[in-house]
Amino acid sequence: MIEAAPLLSVSGLGHDYDGIIACRHIAFDLWPGEVLGVVGESGSGKTTLLNALSARLIPTTGTVRYRTREQGMVEVYRLSEAERRMLMRTDWGFVHQNPREGLRMSVSAGANVGERLMAVGARHYGEIRAEAVRWLEQVEMDTGRIDDSPRTFSGGMLQRLQIARNLVTKPRLVFMDEPTGGLDVSVQARLLDLLRGLVGDLGLSAIIVTHDLAVARMLSHRLLVMWRGEVVETGLTDQVLDDPQHPYSQLLVSSVLTP
Amino acid sequence: MTDESDTAGENGYNFAYLDEQTKRMIRRAILKAVAVPGYQVPFGSREMPLPYGWGTGGIQVTAALIGPDDVLKVIDQGADDTTNAVSIRRFFERTAAIATTTRTVEATIIQTRHRIPETPLAPGQILVYQVPQPEPLRRLVASEVETRTMHALEEYGVMHVRLYEDIARHGRIATAYDYPVKVNGRYVMAPSPIPKFDNPKMDRNPALQLFGAGREKRIYAVPPHTSVKSLDFDDHPFEIERWNESCALCGATETFLDEVLTDDAGGRLFVCSDSDYCHERRVVEDD
Repeated sequence: MIEAAPLLSVSGLGHDYDGIIACRHIAFDLWPGEVLGVVGESGSGKTTLLNALSARLIPTTGTVRYRTREQGMVEVYRLSEAERRMLMRTDWGFVHQNPREGLRMSVSAGANVGERLMAVGARHYGEIRAEAVRWLEQVEMDTGRIDDSPRTFSGGMLQRLQIARNLVTKPRLVFMDEPTGGLDVSVQARLLDLLRGLVGDLGLSAIIVTHDLAVARMLSHRLLVMWRGEVVETGLTDQVLDDPQHPYSQLLVSSVLTP
Repeated sequence: MTDESDTAGENGYNFAYLDEQTKRMIRRAILKAVAVPGYQVPFGSREMPLPYGWGTGGIQVTAALIGPDDVLKVIDQGADDTTNAVSIRRFFERTAAIATTTRTVEATIIQTRHRIPETPLAPGQILVYQVPQPEPLRRLVASEVETRTMHALEEYGVMHVRLYEDIARHGRIATAYDYPVKVNGRYVMAPSPIPKFDNPKMDRNPALQLFGAGREKRIYAVPPHTSVKSLDFDDHPFEIERWNESCALCGATETFLDEVLTDDAGGRLFVCSDSDYCHERRVVEDD
């Protein structure tokens, strides 16, 4: 059941890098349990948008409001830095395209998963470890690898580990930047399957940036199509992909190669 | 500027080597450090006539503090007779013409590398540590901007990641020196490379503890009677090293022992690392 109030509400969001416009006039609501896909070509402002939404980059204009567990609707960029960073490492998750950016490569897989727990005050080794094992199982990893360094993991395993590390604090909103980019197709398919299962089981909301329309179709309920920094089309995923209205969306859909 | 400058020990040097302006700058950093226990205060570290890593931070703190009536003790790994200790002691004998000692109880200022004396310190004494790396988060977070933010916002979860990693690999917290502590319930601090054996001595110590890092240009402090707690897990509490042996020279069982090889045939013995403490015990026995 979709709740009556949005989880994230964005209006008039825009960002420019010294006068070069990366994105502008972005407005949308994200509802609890909803997965929103953001598609568009390279340079269309997808990643800037994701960073501006997830408090990793302070946008030039506009507001991002988020419904927190305790305080209700808050303006993300009006929060103190301490509150914002707390939000980022508890109620939010961020999955990078390159898992090496989101992981601590010098410590074991278990420590990577446990870090967020320790950051919010967990001080019992046995409990932290048990939770890490549980999450490795959730992302279908061999729990025998818990003490291994991520450097010995394959790309697919790294991505699973990064997802486990983010989900351990039970976030309500996860940002993903090309979560399956750089993986071969069979690994990609299994990871997509896992992501779809997790999002459904945990009732997560997610914003997924991708240029892969197949990923968008499989994971997201709703799509934003970006072109030259603006949202040119928005709607239900199947609707946008099967009956694109804007010329750029039509071009994007027709450019997909089918084997 | 002050009458101290007239009492220089060796011609051509100001009292205690540093000029008075520099001493003033360092004293201001020290005052700030004492006011905010465990907080790393940046200071304009000067070029000193010894290489980085040999105690340039400690020597500057000592130079800024020392007065003509002070009695200085310098130890390196607990001993008064090692190269580093001897040269720093001689440096202040020459540049400040002050009295030096090897006895912990007689000293007003004790500059140390890698140990806290076994003899309990008294109110009024100052312990100056030489610090190679003042940032306890550095091994985990490379960015200085990020570590400062983490200190400001008290985000210390990552310190436990390091301890977690120790237990996962070795079955216990294997960090044996420079063991991270939390000062006054607020700042996480690197206690300099002292063995964790010495960590409990920092807690509520009646002496003033000052830390100087010359290369990294930081001064920090633990004021007298301030709480210093070693980080740990509920199910893996902090523990100090224990030895089955006792000191071969003085018979002490509760001190930090060094293992000394005596020949090529596997002969070895354990002796106190604190040479003054060991000596004092033997003198008492002889009486």
